[in-house]
Amino acid sequence: MSLDMFVQHLFNALTLGSLYGLIAIGYTMVYGILRLINFAHGDIFMLGAYFVFFGVTLTKLPWGIAVVLAVALSALCGVVIDRIAYRPLRDAPRISALISAIGVSFFIENLGLVVFTGLPKPVYRPDWLVEIISIGNIRVLPLAIIVPAIAFALVMGLLWIVYKTKPGLAMRSISKDIETTRLMGVSVDKIIALTFGLGSALAAASGIMWALRYPQIHPFMGVFPGFKAFIAAVLGGIGSIQGAMIGGMLLGLIEIMAVAFFPALSGYRDAFAFILLIVILLMKPTGLMGEKLEEKV
Amino acid sequence: MKFGKVGIALALVLVFAAGAFAADTVKIGVFLPLTGQMGFGGQLELDGIKMAHKEAPTVLGKKVELIVVDNKSDKVEAANAVKRLIEKDKVVAIIGTYGSSLAMAGGEISEKAGIPQLGTSCTNPLVTQGKKYIFRTCFIDPFQGAGAATYAFQKMKAKNAAILIDVSQDYSVGLANFFEKSFTKMGGKIVAKLNYNSGDQDFTAQLTEIISKKPDVLFIPSYFAEGAIIMKQVGELGGQFKIMGGDAMDNPEIVKIGGKAVEGFAYTTFPYDPTMKDMSPIAKKFTENWKKGFPGKEPNVNAALGYDSYMLILDAIKRAGKADPKLIRDKLEATKNFPGVTGSTTMNATHDAEKPVGIMMIQNGKRVFVDVIEPKL
Repeated sequence: MSLDMFVQHLFNALTLGSLYGLIAIGYTMVYGILRLINFAHGDIFMLGAYFVFFGVTLTKLPWGIAVVLAVALSALCGVVIDRIAYRPLRDAPRISALISAIGVSFFIENLGLVVFTGLPKPVYRPDWLVEIISIGNIRVLPLAIIVPAIAFALVMGLLWIVYKTKPGLAMRSISKDIETTRLMGVSVDKIIALTFGLGSALAAASGIMWALRYPQIHPFMGVFPGFKAFIAAVLGGIGSIQGAMIGGMLLGLIEIMAVAFFPALSGYRDAFAFILLIVILLMKPTGLMGEKLEEKV
Repeated sequence: MKFGKVGIALALVLVFAAGAFAADTVKIGVFLPLTGQMGFGGQLELDGIKMAHKEAPTVLGKKVELIVVDNKSDKVEAANAVKRLIEKDKVVAIIGTYGSSLAMAGGEISEKAGIPQLGTSCTNPLVTQGKKYIFRTCFIDPFQGAGAATYAFQKMKAKNAAILIDVSQDYSVGLANFFEKSFTKMGGKIVAKLNYNSGDQDFTAQLTEIISKKPDVLFIPSYFAEGAIIMKQVGELGGQFKIMGGDAMDNPEIVKIGGKAVEGFAYTTFPYDPTMKDMSPIAKKFTENWKKGFPGKEPNVNAALGYDSYMLILDAIKRAGKADPKLIRDKLEATKNFPGVTGSTTMNATHDAEKPVGIMMIQNGKRVFVDVIEPKL
């Protein structure tokens, strides 16, 4: 393999990996605080992309404003989903909330199928995001640089919220012990709603980025990226925000390099990803950056 | 009074008897989805069949009687429809249907009863597999792969080809196999063969590999959801080769999603389109007559296949010299170079029609029917 090709593969991996990481951050944050795998995450991801689509095509909003509105609207969706589908199950066994999350996921996908129809829709992309940069034989989309930058900024912002602010303190406290937190006078439901709002905003942001990279949206677009991001989150150590980013990058790298070095096995690209997951979990059950789960008394 | 009643009864009996004797007609059954989700395609095929019936209403000096049953786009209804045609109406041959699953449900019944059935536009290879009495006027899906290879080699002058296959779809794997066989047989070389799975959206790794092998043409027998995105990524990665695909890429949205990236993309399809240039005399006549018969309604390939199916059955009856199901079957099987609207048709060993393949291309953001070619198998 020539050096040019290798560098091209590296850039491809960087873009894909940072997208996985971006989605994984939202997964991991909600899990870290509530111990709930929010299966509807990939569907909020899809909604975010559709909101931008409708913002740009129907209401003719400038792209930037449509993006901000879409993220806000998705955050609202997250809060509403929590209120309807998760909050009534707060004291139920954890498996009930998980099933409810799967139900929400199916509901949103099929609602999307009815409302948006199954036909893929084209995505508007601002020119400055897709003007290809050529360095010798290597071709890079500005997106390949912007996405990791945004992901990095979001990780920093989230870490700041979780570790340096009052609501963040409450979130961490909820993750340790929800009952005691409530006794301390923290409005637990509000903090959880905030968590879902943030998580959904992240999902929407990653959905919009994904749609810029792969400019075609349909109601099931969130399913596969959702699975992959879930793997990334588990790889990195679910609950760890830095871990999600690292897991995403690693997954992207492995998927791309598997095809790069073994073109004949390109159909097994996903299998490589899953084998990796199994191997890492066998060696380090809590993931790369995962903290040891303490037994709750 | 009494005599009058008897007289009327007698007269009625005579009329019926006369009807029965004059019923020396050839009955051909038609089962198509006229309602339901596939109603649109079924209706067009029926229009084509009726038009053919109007042009050729007799065979062997007898009148042809068409008995049409709606299978309602439903598998159970399809089986019932065929049962009814065979047991109640005693047809000698059956035309139908649109929709491979319907054709398979109906085919089981015809096969058992020993009545030849000629499919219109059911393209799944399973429809005729292992069946003695089931045929079709259309080609099977994978056959298109040979068409694409022939076009790439002969018209695009491609010597080196790459293939990107969706390994989770029979359609994609089938087309790719036919492409590879045909392309290498003509003397071309497959320089890269890579895979992906349905639902993938990132193809950069596969495409970077393909680009490094410098093919003249890339064949992507993909479904629409992946195809447009693949082409977009080819553009972004700087691929300079031409791209070809199969009929699953035929979708008006392709230009909206793919934009400049799909310009020049060529894909295979059935060999009839009202906008095609250089129509055969039969296709020309069909198009003109259709426009007279159905003003305000565009003819399409389904109508053409309906038309061809009727004509092919009639031809088989003529060659059989007798409206006998067994003889008709034998003659259908022996069909060679039968001239139709959708090109010269030959029945192959698996009862699928081998005929020319149409080529569509995206030119200036529009889908244009550019060519008809004879696939080299």
